Amino acid sequence: MPTVIVEVMPKEVLLDPAGKATARALQRFGDGEITDVRIGKRFEITLNTPATPELLAHIADLARDVLSNQVIEDVTSIRVAE
Amino acid sequence: MRVGVITFPGSLDDRDALRAVRLAGAEPVALWHDSHDLQGVDALIIPGGFSYGDYLRCGAIAAHSPIMAEVVAAANKGLPVLGICNGFQILVESHLLDGGLIRNDHGTFIRRDQKLRVENVDTAWTNRYELGQEITIPLKNGEGGFIADEETLKRLEGDGLVAFRYVDVNPNGSLNDIAGLRNARGNVVGLMPHPEHAVEAGFGPDAERMQSGTDGLAMFVSVLTDTVLSK
Repeated sequence: MPTVIVEVMPKEVLLDPAGKATARALQRFGDGEITDVRIGKRFEITLNTPATPELLAHIADLARDVLSNQVIEDVTSIRVAE
Repeated sequence: MRVGVITFPGSLDDRDALRAVRLAGAEPVALWHDSHDLQGVDALIIPGGFSYGDYLRCGAIAAHSPIMAEVVAAANKGLPVLGICNGFQILVESHLLDGGLIRNDHGTFIRRDQKLRVENVDTAWTNRYELGQEITIPLKNGEGGFIADEETLKRLEGDGLVAFRYVDVNPNGSLNDIAGLRNARGNVVGLMPHPEHAVEAGFGPDAERMQSGTDGLAMFVSVLTDTVLSK
């Protein structure tokens, strides 16, 4: 059965406190190569039917309206898994 | 007057909100998220807590629960709706109020007795306060940072839709120190701090005497004498 992968990221302009805290932790390792970390979300949506263009459009609507909040997040990717 | 309080899975402060309604002199009505029945209440409170464990985003899953379809329809017709903390997040996720709430800028949960300034008294929930009155009620949140894009922020300020502003301390990085909002009609108000925890002397924030603060009570009394609906 096909799986649709949706990725959501906090908007670039927003402070991402979780990402900042993680960046500080990672910066304890290595030689200062890591400058920033941003944390987003990945949803794996399993279907019981082929991922038609209509169904993908429906999932795009859900990604915009439910899986993300457009005030604070962007949907950065919607794709069918290999 | 019957005031409903909706309980979602993970609501924490629904009992306190019901109690605040009773202390204000109204009849509290417990409502359940998984129903489409508002039981004919005259006003509604969406309480604080961690609905659905804050999964997805704070308030996001609750905003799509069965009862919220009725809440949105009733609010758009003028029913007074108050969202407290997680309830504010649910109202924002339901698009009844603007902007968004994100993790506190300092990254940690905060609990304090918070001073606020009442910025707008032309609402169903603030008409018993004086304009500019400073009140102290408890605040407790991890994701209370109010944000909005520049255009929205300008509109909120220009249209007088800021209901409460943090005074002295901005506890979570909220833009323009915004603690609470109203909608254009004035029937919907949301705020991060908790008026329902400051309604009875002995159980509130410290004021003249220890825990004697009752600055939150006027919010629940306001809706009893609401003149917004009749405008």
